[in-house]
Amino acid sequence: MDDFQYHAPSSVDGVLSALRGADDGKVLAGGMSLLPVMKLAMAAPSDLVSLRNVPGLSDIEDHGHCLKIGACCTHAQVAASSVVRERIPALAAMAGRIGDPQVRNRGTIGGSVAHNDPAADYPAACVGLGATIITDRRKISSDDFFGSMFETPLEDDELVTAVCFPIVDGAAYAKFENPASKYAVAGVMVARDSDGVRVAVTGAGAGVFRVAEMEAALADDFSADAVAGISVSSDGLLSDNVAGAEYRAHLVTVMAKRAVEACG
Amino acid sequence: MPAVTMTVNGVSRSADVEGRTLLVDFLREKLQLTGTHVGCDTSQCGACVVHMNGQSVKSCTCLAVDADGADVTTIEGLANGADLHPMQKAFREHHGLQCGFCTPGMVMSAIDLVNRNPSPSEGEVRHWLDGNFCRCTGYHNIVKAVMAGADAMGGGS
Ligand SMILES: Cc1cc2nc3c(=O)[nH]c(=O)nc-3n(C[C@H](O)[C@H](O)[C@H](O)COP(=O)(O)OP(=O)(O)OC[C@H]3O[C@@H](n4cnc5c(N)ncnc54)[C@H](O)[C@@H]3O)c2cc1C
Ligand code: FES
Ligand code: FES
Repeated sequence: MDDFQYHAPSSVDGVLSALRGADDGKVLAGGMSLLPVMKLAMAAPSDLVSLRNVPGLSDIEDHGHCLKIGACCTHAQVAASSVVRERIPALAAMAGRIGDPQVRNRGTIGGSVAHNDPAADYPAACVGLGATIITDRRKISSDDFFGSMFETPLEDDELVTAVCFPIVDGAAYAKFENPASKYAVAGVMVARDSDGVRVAVTGAGAGVFRVAEMEAALADDFSADAVAGISVSSDGLLSDNVAGAEYRAHLVTVMAKRAVEACG
Repeated sequence: MPAVTMTVNGVSRSADVEGRTLLVDFLREKLQLTGTHVGCDTSQCGACVVHMNGQSVKSCTCLAVDADGADVTTIEGLANGADLHPMQKAFREHHGLQCGFCTPGMVMSAIDLVNRNPSPSEGEVRHWLDGNFCRCTGYHNIVKAVMAGADAMGGGS
Protein backbone atom coordinates (compact mmCIF):
# COMPACT_ATOMS: atom_id res chain seq x y z
CA MET A 1 0.00 0.00 0.00
CA ASP A 2 1.34 3.46 -0.88
CA ASP A 3 1.98 5.81 1.98
CA PHE A 4 -0.23 8.82 2.60
CA GLN A 5 -0.53 11.77 4.93
CA TYR A 6 -2.65 10.85 7.95
CA HIS A 7 -4.89 13.33 9.76
CA ALA A 8 -7.10 12.83 12.81
CA PRO A 9 -8.89 16.15 13.39
CA SER A 10 -11.27 16.59 16.30
CA SER A 11 -14.17 18.36 14.57
CA VAL A 12 -16.28 18.15 11.42
CA ASP A 13 -14.78 21.48 10.28
CA GLY A 14 -11.29 20.05 10.82
CA VAL A 15 -12.20 17.05 8.64
CA LEU A 16 -13.52 19.31 5.87
CA SER A 17 -10.47 21.55 5.87
CA ALA A 18 -8.08 18.57 5.84
CA LEU A 19 -9.98 17.19 2.83
CA ARG A 20 -9.86 20.56 1.08
CA GLY A 21 -6.11 20.88 1.69
CA ALA A 22 -5.34 17.49 0.14
CA ASP A 23 -4.70 16.55 -3.51
CA ASP A 24 -6.78 13.40 -3.26
CA GLY A 25 -8.02 13.14 0.29
CA LYS A 26 -10.35 10.41 1.57
CA VAL A 27 -12.28 10.04 4.79
CA LEU A 28 -11.34 6.99 6.87
CA ALA A 29 -14.11 5.58 9.07
CA GLY A 30 -13.97 1.85 9.97
CA GLY A 31 -11.59 1.19 7.10
CA MET A 32 -13.31 -2.12 6.32
CA SER A 33 -13.88 -1.17 2.69
CA LEU A 34 -11.23 1.50 2.08
CA LEU A 35 -8.21 -0.32 3.55
CA PRO A 36 -8.83 -3.59 1.65
CA VAL A 37 -9.11 -1.59 -1.55
CA MET A 38 -5.87 0.28 -0.75
CA LYS A 39 -4.10 -2.96 0.18
CA LEU A 40 -4.94 -4.31 -3.26
CA ALA A 41 -3.61 -1.05 -4.78
CA MET A 42 -7.01 -0.24 -6.27
CA ALA A 43 -6.92 3.15 -4.52
CA ALA A 44 -3.99 5.28 -3.42
CA PRO A 45 -5.25 8.49 -1.79
CA SER A 46 -2.70 11.19 -0.96
CA ASP A 47 -4.29 11.84 2.43
CA LEU A 48 -6.53 9.92 4.85
CA VAL A 49 -8.66 11.90 7.25
CA SER A 50 -9.71 9.69 10.15
CA LEU A 51 -13.01 10.31 11.93
CA ARG A 52 -11.81 8.65 15.15
CA ASN A 53 -11.45 11.88 17.12
CA VAL A 54 -14.61 13.63 15.90
CA PRO A 55 -17.15 13.63 18.75
CA GLY A 56 -20.91 13.22 18.35
CA LEU A 57 -20.96 10.99 15.27
CA SER A 58 -21.78 7.77 17.13
CA ASP A 59 -25.13 8.64 18.69
CA ILE A 60 -28.47 6.94 18.02
CA GLU A 61 -31.39 9.31 18.67
CA ASP A 62 -35.11 8.59 18.70
CA HIS A 63 -36.90 11.60 17.15
CA GLY A 64 -40.37 10.06 17.40
CA HIS A 65 -41.14 9.77 13.70
CA CYS A 66 -37.59 8.67 12.84
CA LEU A 67 -34.33 7.30 14.21
CA LYS A 68 -31.21 9.35 13.58
CA ILE A 69 -28.12 7.16 13.45
CA GLY A 70 -24.72 8.87 13.56
CA ALA A 71 -22.35 8.17 10.65
CA CYS A 72 -19.72 6.50 12.87
CA CYS A 73 -22.14 4.04 14.50
CA THR A 74 -20.72 0.59 13.84
CA HIS A 75 -22.79 -2.26 12.49
CA ALA A 76 -22.34 -4.00 15.88
CA GLN A 77 -23.68 -0.93 17.68
CA VAL A 78 -26.77 -0.69 15.44
CA ALA A 79 -27.40 -4.45 15.78
CA ALA A 80 -27.19 -4.31 19.58
CA SER A 81 -29.01 -0.99 20.11
CA SER A 82 -32.16 -1.47 22.19
CA VAL A 83 -33.76 1.58 20.51
CA VAL A 84 -33.16 0.24 17.00
CA ARG A 85 -34.27 -3.26 17.99
CA GLU A 86 -37.51 -1.93 19.38
CA ARG A 87 -38.32 0.75 16.79
CA ILE A 88 -36.98 -0.75 13.53
CA PRO A 89 -36.16 -4.39 14.27
CA ALA A 90 -35.52 -5.13 10.58
CA LEU A 91 -32.67 -2.60 10.60
CA ALA A 92 -31.01 -4.09 13.68
CA ALA A 93 -31.34 -7.58 12.21
CA MET A 94 -29.86 -6.43 8.89
CA ALA A 95 -26.86 -4.80 10.63
CA GLY A 96 -26.29 -7.98 12.64
CA ARG A 97 -25.86 -9.97 9.44
CA ILE A 98 -23.27 -7.73 7.77
CA GLY A 99 -19.97 -9.55 7.21
CA ASP A 100 -18.58 -11.13 10.37
CA PRO A 101 -18.25 -9.91 13.98
CA GLN A 102 -14.92 -8.17 13.38
CA VAL A 103 -16.26 -6.36 10.30
CA ARG A 104 -19.26 -5.30 12.39
CA ASN A 105 -17.03 -4.07 15.23
CA ARG A 106 -15.27 -1.57 12.93
CA GLY A 107 -17.45 -0.93 9.86
CA THR A 108 -19.80 2.05 10.05
CA ILE A 109 -23.12 3.09 8.55
CA GLY A 110 -21.58 6.30 7.15
CA GLY A 111 -18.81 4.35 5.42
CA SER A 112 -21.25 1.84 4.04
CA VAL A 113 -23.57 4.41 2.47
CA ALA A 114 -20.70 6.59 1.18
CA HIS A 115 -19.02 3.56 -0.40
CA ASN A 116 -22.25 2.32 -2.06
CA ASP A 117 -20.96 -1.14 -2.79
CA PRO A 118 -23.49 -2.83 -5.12
CA ALA A 119 -23.55 -5.89 -2.79
CA ALA A 120 -23.78 -3.99 0.51
CA ASP A 121 -26.80 -4.26 2.79
CA TYR A 122 -27.30 -0.68 3.97
CA PRO A 123 -28.23 0.69 0.52
CA ALA A 124 -31.24 -1.68 0.47
CA ALA A 125 -32.13 -0.78 4.04
CA CYS A 126 -31.94 2.95 3.28
CA VAL A 127 -33.90 2.83 0.03
CA GLY A 128 -36.40 0.28 1.36
CA LEU A 129 -37.11 2.20 4.54
CA GLY A 130 -37.05 5.58 2.79
CA ALA A 131 -34.10 6.95 4.80
CA THR A 132 -32.55 10.40 4.41
CA ILE A 133 -28.77 10.81 4.25
CA ILE A 134 -27.57 13.83 6.22
CA THR A 135 -24.27 15.48 5.35
CA ASP A 136 -22.41 18.48 6.71
CA ARG A 137 -24.30 20.66 4.19
CA ARG A 138 -27.56 19.02 3.04
CA LYS A 139 -30.11 16.23 3.29
CA ILE A 140 -30.44 13.77 0.43
CA SER A 141 -33.25 11.23 0.04
CA SER A 142 -32.07 7.66 -0.45
CA ASP A 143 -33.81 7.50 -3.81
CA ASP A 144 -31.50 10.29 -5.01
CA PHE A 145 -28.40 9.21 -3.10
CA PHE A 146 -27.59 5.70 -4.31
CA GLY A 147 -26.41 5.66 -7.93
CA SER A 148 -24.85 2.84 -9.87
CA MET A 149 -21.84 0.96 -8.36
CA PHE A 150 -19.91 3.12 -5.90
CA GLU A 151 -21.61 6.31 -7.19
CA THR A 152 -23.22 8.87 -4.90
CA PRO A 153 -23.83 12.63 -5.19
CA LEU A 154 -21.30 13.31 -2.40
CA GLU A 155 -18.74 16.02 -3.17
CA ASP A 156 -15.06 15.21 -2.63
CA ASP A 157 -15.04 17.26 0.56
CA GLU A 158 -18.48 16.25 1.86
CA LEU A 159 -19.02 14.28 5.03
CA VAL A 160 -22.00 12.05 5.85
CA THR A 161 -22.88 12.90 9.45
CA ALA A 162 -25.99 10.75 10.03
CA VAL A 163 -28.75 8.72 8.43
CA CYS A 164 -32.42 9.20 9.42
CA PHE A 165 -34.75 6.22 9.16
CA PRO A 166 -38.51 6.82 9.34
CA ILE A 167 -40.44 4.52 11.66
CA VAL A 168 -42.56 2.26 9.46
CA ASP A 169 -45.47 -0.08 10.24
CA GLY A 170 -43.51 -3.17 9.30
CA ALA A 171 -40.32 -4.15 7.50
CA ALA A 172 -38.07 -7.13 6.92
CA TYR A 173 -34.85 -7.87 5.08
CA ALA A 174 -34.07 -11.19 3.41
CA LYS A 175 -30.61 -11.88 2.04
CA PHE A 176 -29.05 -14.68 0.07
CA GLU A 177 -25.46 -14.22 1.04
CA ASN A 178 -22.12 -15.07 -0.44
CA PRO A 179 -21.00 -17.83 1.92
CA ALA A 180 -17.43 -16.50 2.21
CA SER A 181 -17.83 -12.72 2.41
CA LYS A 182 -21.49 -12.52 3.54
CA TYR A 183 -22.14 -9.75 1.01
CA ALA A 184 -25.55 -9.98 -0.65
CA VAL A 185 -25.86 -12.08 -3.80
CA ALA A 186 -29.42 -10.77 -3.63
CA GLY A 187 -30.92 -8.92 -0.68
CA VAL A 188 -34.43 -7.47 -0.50
CA MET A 189 -35.80 -4.99 2.03
CA VAL A 190 -39.59 -4.73 2.11
CA ALA A 191 -41.22 -1.96 4.16
CA ARG A 192 -44.90 -1.27 4.67
CA ASP A 193 -46.36 2.03 5.79
CA SER A 194 -49.50 4.17 5.43
CA ASP A 195 -47.89 5.70 2.30
CA GLY A 196 -47.56 2.32 0.63
CA VAL A 197 -44.99 -0.42 0.22
CA ARG A 198 -41.34 -0.13 -0.78
CA VAL A 199 -39.25 -2.99 -2.17
CA ALA A 200 -35.49 -2.36 -2.52
CA VAL A 201 -33.01 -4.84 -3.98
CA THR A 202 -29.25 -4.96 -3.42
CA GLY A 203 -26.57 -7.37 -4.64
CA ALA A 204 -28.40 -8.33 -7.82
CA GLY A 205 -27.82 -5.24 -9.96
CA ALA A 206 -25.18 -2.59 -10.56
CA GLY A 207 -26.71 -0.62 -7.71
CA VAL A 208 -29.69 -0.80 -5.38
CA PHE A 209 -33.04 -0.57 -7.20
CA ARG A 210 -36.76 -0.60 -6.39
CA VAL A 211 -39.26 -2.98 -7.97
CA ALA A 212 -42.34 -0.90 -8.80
CA GLU A 213 -44.40 -3.89 -9.91
CA MET A 214 -43.89 -5.66 -6.59
CA GLU A 215 -44.63 -2.48 -4.66
CA ALA A 216 -47.95 -2.03 -6.49
CA ALA A 217 -48.94 -5.68 -6.04
CA LEU A 218 -48.13 -5.58 -2.32
CA ALA A 219 -50.05 -2.34 -1.83
CA ASP A 220 -53.15 -4.23 -3.06
CA ASP A 221 -52.47 -7.52 -1.31
CA PHE A 222 -49.64 -7.71 1.20
CA SER A 223 -48.81 -11.40 0.88
CA ALA A 224 -45.96 -13.55 -0.40
CA ASP A 225 -48.33 -14.88 -3.08
CA ALA A 226 -48.73 -11.37 -4.47
CA VAL A 227 -45.03 -11.22 -5.46
CA ALA A 228 -44.52 -14.92 -6.25
CA GLY A 229 -45.39 -14.42 -9.92
CA ILE A 230 -43.41 -11.20 -10.41
CA SER A 231 -39.87 -11.49 -11.65
CA VAL A 232 -37.34 -8.82 -12.52
CA SER A 233 -35.58 -8.92 -15.87
CA SER A 234 -32.10 -10.41 -15.79
CA ASP A 235 -30.90 -7.78 -18.30
CA GLY A 236 -28.21 -5.72 -16.64
CA LEU A 237 -28.07 -7.84 -13.48
CA LEU A 238 -24.66 -8.90 -12.15
CA SER A 239 -23.13 -12.19 -13.15
CA ASP A 240 -20.09 -13.70 -11.44
CA ASN A 241 -18.65 -17.01 -10.29
CA VAL A 242 -21.18 -17.18 -7.44
CA ALA A 243 -24.37 -16.53 -9.42
CA GLY A 244 -25.37 -15.70 -12.96
CA ALA A 245 -27.81 -12.93 -13.88
CA GLU A 246 -30.77 -15.26 -14.35
CA TYR A 247 -30.20 -16.94 -11.03
CA ARG A 248 -29.96 -13.52 -9.37
CA ALA A 249 -33.25 -12.50 -10.97
CA HIS A 250 -34.83 -15.68 -9.57
CA LEU A 251 -33.35 -14.96 -6.12
CA VAL A 252 -34.90 -11.48 -6.08
CA THR A 253 -38.39 -13.00 -6.19
CA VAL A 254 -37.53 -15.64 -3.58
CA MET A 255 -36.00 -13.05 -1.22
CA ALA A 256 -38.95 -10.70 -1.75
CA LYS A 257 -41.37 -13.50 -0.77
CA ARG A 258 -39.31 -14.30 2.33
CA ALA A 259 -39.13 -10.65 3.35
CA VAL A 260 -42.91 -10.22 2.95
CA GLU A 261 -43.53 -13.34 5.03
CA ALA A 262 -41.15 -12.10 7.72
CA CYS A 263 -43.02 -8.76 7.87
CA GLY A 264 -45.92 -10.73 9.38
CA MET B 1 6.66 9.87 10.70
CA PRO B 2 3.75 9.78 13.13
CA ALA B 3 4.51 8.45 16.62
CA VAL B 4 2.03 6.06 18.20
CA THR B 5 1.64 4.94 21.76
CA MET B 6 -0.64 2.13 22.80
CA THR B 7 -0.96 -0.33 25.65
CA VAL B 8 -0.16 -3.81 24.38
CA ASN B 9 -0.76 -6.72 26.75
CA GLY B 10 -0.71 -4.31 29.67
CA VAL B 11 2.54 -2.54 28.75
CA SER B 12 2.75 0.93 27.19
CA ARG B 13 4.58 0.74 23.84
CA SER B 14 5.60 3.60 21.54
CA ALA B 15 7.15 3.72 18.10
CA ASP B 16 7.43 5.86 15.00
CA VAL B 17 5.39 4.37 12.19
CA GLU B 18 4.34 5.31 8.67
CA GLY B 19 0.75 6.32 8.11
CA ARG B 20 0.26 3.11 6.15
CA THR B 21 1.67 0.80 8.84
CA LEU B 22 -1.02 -1.72 9.70
CA LEU B 23 -1.66 -2.62 13.32
CA VAL B 24 -0.62 -6.21 12.56
CA ASP B 25 2.73 -5.03 11.16
CA PHE B 26 3.27 -2.82 14.18
CA LEU B 27 2.67 -5.82 16.46
CA ARG B 28 4.72 -8.34 14.47
CA GLU B 29 7.57 -6.21 13.19
CA LYS B 30 8.01 -3.40 15.71
CA LEU B 31 7.09 -5.35 18.84
CA GLN B 32 8.11 -8.85 17.65
CA LEU B 33 4.73 -10.21 18.75
CA THR B 34 4.48 -12.78 15.98
CA GLY B 35 1.61 -14.79 17.48
CA THR B 36 -0.82 -12.63 15.49
CA HIS B 37 -0.86 -14.05 11.97
CA VAL B 38 -1.64 -12.81 8.47
CA GLY B 39 -3.50 -15.32 6.35
CA CYS B 40 -4.99 -13.24 3.53
CA ASP B 41 -4.91 -9.86 1.84
CA THR B 42 -8.68 -9.49 1.57
CA SER B 43 -9.66 -8.96 5.24
CA GLN B 44 -11.57 -12.23 5.31
CA CYS B 45 -9.62 -14.95 7.16
CA GLY B 46 -9.43 -13.71 10.77
CA ALA B 47 -5.89 -15.05 11.47
CA CYS B 48 -4.98 -11.50 12.57
CA VAL B 49 -7.74 -10.95 15.17
CA VAL B 50 -6.69 -9.08 18.32
CA HIS B 51 -8.67 -7.17 20.92
CA MET B 52 -8.71 -3.40 20.71
CA ASN B 53 -10.42 -1.59 23.57
CA GLY B 54 -12.16 -4.84 24.51
CA GLN B 55 -13.47 -5.73 21.04
CA SER B 56 -12.16 -8.23 18.52
CA VAL B 57 -10.85 -6.55 15.36
CA LYS B 58 -8.87 -7.57 12.28
CA SER B 59 -5.43 -6.07 12.89
CA CYS B 60 -4.64 -6.39 9.16
CA THR B 61 -7.40 -3.89 8.41
CA CYS B 62 -6.66 -1.22 10.99
CA LEU B 63 -3.94 1.42 10.78
CA ALA B 64 -1.47 1.53 13.66
CA VAL B 65 -2.08 5.30 13.81
CA ASP B 66 -5.82 4.68 14.25
CA ALA B 67 -4.94 2.51 17.29
CA ASP B 68 -3.04 5.36 18.94
CA GLY B 69 -4.03 5.43 22.62
CA ALA B 70 -5.82 2.10 22.41
CA ASP B 71 -5.62 -0.87 24.74
CA VAL B 72 -4.61 -3.89 22.65
CA THR B 73 -4.47 -7.55 23.71
CA THR B 74 -2.84 -10.18 21.53
CA ILE B 75 -2.64 -13.95 21.94
CA GLU B 76 0.64 -13.44 23.84
CA GLY B 77 -1.24 -11.48 26.49
CA LEU B 78 -3.65 -14.23 27.52
CA ALA B 79 -1.59 -16.71 29.51
CA ASN B 80 -0.43 -16.03 33.03
CA GLY B 81 3.12 -17.31 32.83
CA ALA B 82 2.89 -21.03 32.08
CA ASP B 83 -0.76 -21.06 33.04
CA LEU B 84 -2.76 -20.90 29.81
CA HIS B 85 -6.02 -18.95 29.51
CA PRO B 86 -9.06 -21.28 29.86
CA MET B 87 -9.88 -20.79 26.17
CA GLN B 88 -6.32 -21.79 25.19
CA LYS B 89 -6.55 -24.85 27.45
CA ALA B 90 -9.86 -25.81 25.86
CA PHE B 91 -8.36 -25.64 22.35
CA ARG B 92 -5.54 -27.93 23.50
CA GLU B 93 -7.82 -30.37 25.30
CA HIS B 94 -10.40 -30.61 22.53
CA HIS B 95 -7.94 -30.84 19.68
CA GLY B 96 -9.19 -27.50 18.31
CA LEU B 97 -6.12 -27.06 16.12
CA GLN B 98 -3.99 -28.90 13.64
CA CYS B 99 -1.40 -26.64 11.97
CA GLY B 100 -2.29 -23.85 14.39
CA PHE B 101 -2.16 -21.02 11.86
CA CYS B 102 -5.75 -19.88 12.47
CA THR B 103 -5.64 -20.56 16.22
CA PRO B 104 -4.57 -17.17 17.63
CA GLY B 105 -7.38 -15.46 15.72
CA MET B 106 -9.88 -18.17 16.67
CA VAL B 107 -9.02 -17.86 20.36
CA MET B 108 -9.17 -14.05 20.39
CA SER B 109 -12.48 -14.08 18.51
CA ALA B 110 -13.92 -16.78 20.80
CA ILE B 111 -13.04 -14.81 23.95
CA ASP B 112 -14.82 -11.74 22.56
CA LEU B 113 -17.90 -13.91 22.00
CA VAL B 114 -17.87 -15.27 25.56
CA ASN B 115 -17.35 -11.78 27.00
CA ARG B 116 -20.60 -10.75 25.28
CA ASN B 117 -22.49 -14.01 25.54
CA PRO B 118 -21.23 -16.16 28.45
CA SER B 119 -23.05 -19.34 27.43
CA PRO B 120 -23.37 -19.38 23.65
CA SER B 121 -25.24 -22.17 21.88
CA GLU B 122 -23.45 -24.26 19.29
CA GLY B 123 -25.25 -22.31 16.56
CA GLU B 124 -24.17 -19.01 18.06
CA VAL B 125 -20.55 -20.19 18.18
CA ARG B 126 -20.64 -21.27 14.54
CA HIS B 127 -22.25 -18.03 13.46
CA TRP B 128 -19.77 -15.95 15.47
CA LEU B 129 -16.80 -17.69 13.82
CA ASP B 130 -17.99 -16.52 10.36
CA GLY B 131 -14.86 -14.38 10.06
CA ASN B 132 -12.33 -17.02 11.15
CA PHE B 133 -11.27 -19.46 8.48
CA CYS B 134 -9.58 -22.78 9.25
CA ARG B 135 -8.07 -24.87 6.47
CA CYS B 136 -7.35 -27.94 8.62
CA THR B 137 -9.84 -28.95 11.26
CA GLY B 138 -13.26 -28.87 9.62
CA TYR B 139 -14.36 -26.66 12.54
CA HIS B 140 -16.08 -29.33 14.67
CA ASN B 141 -13.36 -29.49 17.29
CA ILE B 142 -12.96 -25.73 17.25
CA VAL B 143 -16.65 -25.37 18.08
CA LYS B 144 -16.33 -27.98 20.86
CA ALA B 145 -13.30 -26.14 22.21
CA VAL B 146 -15.11 -22.81 22.24
CA MET B 147 -18.13 -24.31 24.05
CA ALA B 148 -15.82 -25.89 26.65
CA GLY B 149 -13.75 -22.70 26.92
CA ALA B 150 -16.94 -20.72 27.53
CA ASP B 151 -17.87 -23.08 30.37
CA ALA B 152 -14.39 -22.87 31.84
CA MET B 153 -14.41 -19.06 31.64
CA GLY B 154 -17.57 -19.12 33.73
CA GLY B 155 -18.99 -16.00 32.10
CA GLY B 156 -16.26 -13.58 31.05
CA SER B 157 -12.47 -13.34 30.75
C1 LIG C 1 -14.72 -9.51 4.98
C2 LIG C 1 -15.73 -8.41 4.78
C3 LIG C 1 -17.07 -8.73 4.66
C4 LIG C 1 -18.02 -7.72 4.48
N1 LIG C 1 -19.32 -8.10 4.36
C5 LIG C 1 -20.26 -7.15 4.16
C6 LIG C 1 -21.64 -7.51 4.05
O1 LIG C 1 -22.04 -8.68 4.18
N2 LIG C 1 -22.54 -6.51 3.83
C7 LIG C 1 -22.14 -5.20 3.75
O2 LIG C 1 -23.00 -4.35 3.57
N3 LIG C 1 -20.86 -4.83 3.87
C8 LIG C 1 -19.91 -5.78 4.08
N4 LIG C 1 -18.60 -5.38 4.22
C9 LIG C 1 -18.26 -3.95 4.14
C10 LIG C 1 -18.37 -3.29 5.51
O3 LIG C 1 -19.71 -3.23 5.92
C11 LIG C 1 -17.75 -1.90 5.53
O4 LIG C 1 -17.48 -1.65 6.86
C12 LIG C 1 -18.57 -0.75 5.05
O5 LIG C 1 -19.08 -0.97 3.78
C13 LIG C 1 -17.74 0.53 4.98
O6 LIG C 1 -17.73 1.13 6.22
P1 LIG C 1 -16.38 1.65 6.89
O7 LIG C 1 -16.76 2.42 8.08
O8 LIG C 1 -15.49 0.50 7.10
O9 LIG C 1 -15.83 2.65 5.80
P2 LIG C 1 -14.37 2.93 5.22
O10 LIG C 1 -13.79 1.69 4.67
O11 LIG C 1 -13.58 3.67 6.23
O12 LIG C 1 -14.75 3.93 4.05
C14 LIG C 1 -15.43 3.50 2.88
C15 LIG C 1 -15.62 4.68 1.93
O13 LIG C 1 -16.54 5.61 2.46
C16 LIG C 1 -15.92 6.89 2.67
N5 LIG C 1 -16.46 7.37 3.95
C17 LIG C 1 -16.42 6.71 5.15
N6 LIG C 1 -17.14 7.38 6.07
C18 LIG C 1 -17.62 8.50 5.46
C19 LIG C 1 -18.43 9.58 5.90
N7 LIG C 1 -18.91 9.64 7.14
N8 LIG C 1 -18.73 10.56 5.01
C20 LIG C 1 -18.25 10.48 3.73
N9 LIG C 1 -17.50 9.48 3.25
C21 LIG C 1 -17.18 8.50 4.11
C22 LIG C 1 -14.44 6.63 2.64
O14 LIG C 1 -13.73 7.77 2.22
C23 LIG C 1 -14.35 5.47 1.67
O15 LIG C 1 -14.39 5.94 0.36
C24 LIG C 1 -17.63 -6.36 4.42
C25 LIG C 1 -16.27 -6.03 4.56
C26 LIG C 1 -15.33 -7.03 4.74
C27 LIG C 1 -13.89 -6.64 4.88
S1 FES D 1 -5.05 -11.49 7.75
FE1 FES D 1 -6.84 -12.34 6.89
S2 FES D 1 -8.36 -11.12 7.86
FE2 FES D 1 -6.56 -10.23 8.61
S1 FES E 1 -5.52 -25.45 12.32
FE1 FES E 1 -4.60 -25.15 10.39
S2 FES E 1 -5.76 -23.46 9.64
FE2 FES E 1 -6.83 -23.95 11.40
